[in-house]
Amino acid sequence: MYAQLVETGTSKLRTLDEMSPEERQFQERINDEIKIEPKNWMPDAYRKTLIRQISQHAHSEIVGMLPEGNWLTRAPTLKRKLQLMAKIQDEAGHGLYLYSAMETLGADRDEEIDKLHDGRAKYSSIFNYPTLNWADMGTIGWLVDGAAIVNQVPLQRTSYGPYARAMIRVCKEESFHQRQGYQILLTMMQEGTDDQKAMVQDSINRFWWPALMMFGPSDENSPNSAQSMAWKIKRHSNDELRQRFLDQTVPQLELLGCTAPDQDLKYNQETGHYEFGAIDWQEFFDVVKGNGPCNRERVEARRNAIDNGAWVREAAVAHAAKRQRRAA
Amino acid sequence: MQNISHQSAAHRSSAQKNTAQKTQTPLIDYLLRLGDNALILGQRHAQLCGKAPALEEELALMNVGLDLFGQARNWLGYVSELMASELMADKIDADHLAFRRDAQDFRNLLLVEQPNGDFADIMGRQFLFDAWHVHLLEGLTHANDPRIAEVAAKSLKEATYHLRRSSEWVIRLGDGTEESHARMQRALDNLWQFTGELLQIDEIDQAMLEAGIAPDPDTLATRWKVTVEEVLEEATLSRPAYDAWMYTGGKVGHHTEHLGFLLAEMQYLPRAYPDATVW
Repeated sequence: MYAQLVETGTSKLRTLDEMSPEERQFQERINDEIKIEPKNWMPDAYRKTLIRQISQHAHSEIVGMLPEGNWLTRAPTLKRKLQLMAKIQDEAGHGLYLYSAMETLGADRDEEIDKLHDGRAKYSSIFNYPTLNWADMGTIGWLVDGAAIVNQVPLQRTSYGPYARAMIRVCKEESFHQRQGYQILLTMMQEGTDDQKAMVQDSINRFWWPALMMFGPSDENSPNSAQSMAWKIKRHSNDELRQRFLDQTVPQLELLGCTAPDQDLKYNQETGHYEFGAIDWQEFFDVVKGNGPCNRERVEARRNAIDNGAWVREAAVAHAAKRQRRAA
Repeated sequence: MQNISHQSAAHRSSAQKNTAQKTQTPLIDYLLRLGDNALILGQRHAQLCGKAPALEEELALMNVGLDLFGQARNWLGYVSELMASELMADKIDADHLAFRRDAQDFRNLLLVEQPNGDFADIMGRQFLFDAWHVHLLEGLTHANDPRIAEVAAKSLKEATYHLRRSSEWVIRLGDGTEESHARMQRALDNLWQFTGELLQIDEIDQAMLEAGIAPDPDTLATRWKVTVEEVLEEATLSRPAYDAWMYTGGKVGHHTEHLGFLLAEMQYLPRAYPDATVW
């Protein structure tokens, strides 16, 4: 779940009767599960919401490279180094792919990236947590990519065509990352030393709650959900997705032989679902507002990369212009 | 107490002797040079994650890094097999070679261990290396050792792309803005002292030439110079003199100060957790 708290700019959901003829046609198209394509008419609020959602998703891919980059130089074997580098490269690719989908809505990539750099645009709260040991590379794959998949699988059927198609490709790669991440943890838990096992448990302790928070606030505190659901750019509620994630993750946690830092976590025979303790929403809102452990350094790292590269991009443009002049 | 410390000193000295023995055969030494070049330059790419001047370059840098780590794994994998068959050192796999050797046992060129600096330093280093690497690998595809020829052929495809990309960047930066030109020229001037080692021939290279493995050094040198001259001319950069003073030593394990820090970071986990056998 790389998009959280996406503003829709609408105050209440309108019925078909309250809509203008073109808006009604648009909504009926969505109701009939027909994709909206870039050239179709769409309400301004739909366009703006999607730009916010897709750019937030793209920014998350790019910022998400940083906590993994933190361990890329210290990956312990050649195989793990290759895997991690390939994963990070996939994320850069997802970012590019998503920015392209966003540009079909008339947004400009550089402008949206400026918004990330000056704090106007958000990215997933999860990437504001530090990666403190090697097991975090496994946990991020397993829990973070795992949570992302739970959110993104329904988005493969989202109403906006280019976004839906981007999600199909992204989901395939994320599933691969998730298995790889789990494998890192499983290897250490099954064949590792006590130190390695402790590393895994420590990592899970730190990432468990932030991973659950990735799905965003609980439904009663999710004011934009109704409109996003009507537009089918969101297809399930935050709590539904969180529950789905938890139900699939706890058996995997048990297979690892690890525990969750949640004393209230238990299986409910009657409902067939796992129940969990209270999420610290104060922490979530703090992180979203910019007060997480790594918010400042993540944004600064991105800003530095782009600012320090300005002369390189200028040179490329100047050289291209020179070539063009010579060819003329 | 005395006894123990004496024992451990003896153990150390025998370990050192072992390492020297391990790298004794010219073929192993030669392959370590190939593998270490790829590994160390790959590690420099790993350090660039999240720092590229544009998203497209982020992908390209990771791409080159992946190729280099893949090449390192292939060369070092072959080294470990040779160590097992020829030196009875069967516990040394490619990971052991990458993560447990100390700086003096690395055989990479000084050029590839130089720090990342700015994008001109990065592309200058890459270009000077690629221009040599491509011609070397091309020569190695004719090696009379089929395994070497095979790895070289696969690596050549990758290195050809690397050279095209680094040449393009050297040209863009050299013939871009005033600032980029100045940065590219400065990078070239600073890196030039490490290029002597690319063309220098020692007894290992000589032995590999005689064994029908390494390509003719004069042809390699000529080709490298032609590629460098063509690209620098198009980039409007001045080429430092071939007979300038050259800093050498990487091929025999005498490195710059930078390698120790690179290895300290890269080898941290296997060294901090020596009992861990899987990761």
